[in-house]
Amino acid sequence: MNAIKQKDLILYSGLIILGLAAPYLFSAFKVQLTYLCVLIVLAMTWNLQGGEMGYNSFGNILFYGLGMYLTASVQVGMFFPLAEWTESGGEKTFVHTTSQYFQGIGVGLLVAAIIPTIVAGAIGYAILGLRGHYFAICTLGLGIAAGEIAGGIEIIGAGQGFTTPPFPAEIVDPEARGKFFYFLSFFVLVVAFVFVKYIYGSRFRLILNAIRDNEDKAEAMGIQTMKYKIVGWMCSAFFCGLAGGIMGGLIGYIDSTDVAFDGREMGVFMVLMAILGGKGTLWGPIIGATLFHFFKEGLWTFILGWQYVALGVLIVVIVVYFPEGLMGWLREKYPERFGEVIDEKDRKSQVELK
Amino acid sequence: MDFLIFKAPMLMVQASLDGILLGILFALIAYGMALQWGVMNIINIAQGDLVILGGYIAYTMYLAGIHPAWGVIVSPIIMFFVGWALYKLVINKVVDRDLFISILATFGIAIVFQQLMNFIFGADVVVAQSEYGTTMLFDNSVTLPNSKIFSAFISVLYAIGLVIYMKKSRLGRAIRATAQNARAAKILGVDTEKVYAATFGINAALCGIAGALISITLTLHPYVGLPYTVRSFMIVIVAGLGNLPAVAVSGMGLGLFEEFADYILGTEFRIGAVFMLLVFILVYRRFKLSKKREYLK
Repeated sequence: MNAIKQKDLILYSGLIILGLAAPYLFSAFKVQLTYLCVLIVLAMTWNLQGGEMGYNSFGNILFYGLGMYLTASVQVGMFFPLAEWTESGGEKTFVHTTSQYFQGIGVGLLVAAIIPTIVAGAIGYAILGLRGHYFAICTLGLGIAAGEIAGGIEIIGAGQGFTTPPFPAEIVDPEARGKFFYFLSFFVLVVAFVFVKYIYGSRFRLILNAIRDNEDKAEAMGIQTMKYKIVGWMCSAFFCGLAGGIMGGLIGYIDSTDVAFDGREMGVFMVLMAILGGKGTLWGPIIGATLFHFFKEGLWTFILGWQYVALGVLIVVIVVYFPEGLMGWLREKYPERFGEVIDEKDRKSQVELK
Repeated sequence: MDFLIFKAPMLMVQASLDGILLGILFALIAYGMALQWGVMNIINIAQGDLVILGGYIAYTMYLAGIHPAWGVIVSPIIMFFVGWALYKLVINKVVDRDLFISILATFGIAIVFQQLMNFIFGADVVVAQSEYGTTMLFDNSVTLPNSKIFSAFISVLYAIGLVIYMKKSRLGRAIRATAQNARAAKILGVDTEKVYAATFGINAALCGIAGALISITLTLHPYVGLPYTVRSFMIVIVAGLGNLPAVAVSGMGLGLFEEFADYILGTEFRIGAVFMLLVFILVYRRFKLSKKREYLK
């Protein structure tokens, strides 16, 4: 037992050191690394309700986009009139000072985490009463509706988009912006990992799994399933909002359907990454997201223009041929590594029965 | 209320007529979705993209100098084989699996279709000119493009034809038997694999007809497929599987809703309103069922 703990300790400290050193080691890839952190956070928290709870949502992009718009709006609205800012578009009539920028993004991220959580809680009772594919389609509709509606609202830039405040010009170090966003996202990643890891060891996860395996029975056992489903979705929404806020600042420009409520990219990515790595495992989404990111960054440039075709084919191939994901495959191959003991005699007798 | 539509009653007539004619078209797409959902238990997210592809077939004929209305005959034939091929390539592997898998797989297909159409036909909004002219009603205050009347007429014609085919023909009976109980049908000698392929093909053909009609009445764009999927999904959950009159009525209802939403909320919120209606219908049904301690299955 102790030995395992020690192994874990080495692993985690190694990963944290790697994470902290990464922007210095791979200085040119800071933006990609930030993306990776955000993708891992999204996949991990999607897995919480998609994999563990069995409620496959296509609409977590709703919280992501909401967080993105909220962060930017708060960041601007705290110091300047929001309507004039969006009206001026690309031309900067207002300039944030350094302290204003960081205050703004701090408060903005806080709001971006809290409001989507509240929204998830508020709509959760209605939406989570749907089961299976009805839930999937309903959330898909929600995500797209949000994008279409945001594209019609004037104060956040409507169709022409919303430019987020640029990084303060007083900081002359050209590396500072990349580092700031990297460490921010890395911090969120660590928090998310600790949180998910905690949930994996708790009774809460068992309840979520019970809901996934048989909701009626779980309810019959006296679990208030609705309550737990809502909390599960709120956990997802919290981190989705944060991730969206960071991405908004990093990209620097928010468009309603192409950046914020980007169901065609981010919305599918988070589902795909979790499935690629293996739904319902702690490390699956992390490995899935990393693999996917490397695949995407490595291949996207070679097949420029064809990337969506590749993405579509990838989805079909993964879903049709590897629905259990990488971890599921490993688990089937090396069950003893996952703490599953196979009784050889029992297995043989089962084979004979067939 | 300060909306234009309430000040001018003729606009109301206009919106209603537009909505009903449009709704018949939606009902045709929804009928295809109900068919494959009922028979194969698959929700096809790529439904709308099949529609758009069918539309582009008619548009290609228009570019080649053939009148696009012939598309309603050519497009379903081509689309039938597209659907058949799609079934053989992907769908047959997800048919008896979890519904979520079929949703995701067809989502992938939808992305591939969108992108390929974007490459082949370009990202512009296009329309095939039918040059059918317009009919003026009520002292020229209501304009009705003849192409819309034509499309509604063709939709009804095909729908009636399909219903008769499903009732009378051998394949139609096999499809209905498979929908009732696939296993029993198999035992009694129905080649269910072939029935599934044919069902998917017929669905794609229906999409092809609808697409050809859309190419002359509305506009085509590679990325507008998903709203058609959502519309047909919505019509099916309201009408139920295999209830054709209800599909027609709820299709027209949806068309009316859209036209009025267009006037009242503004065109920029039209698609948003469709998706919000989907959420609203699902939530409404969920609350209605939860009173009986049931849920949508």
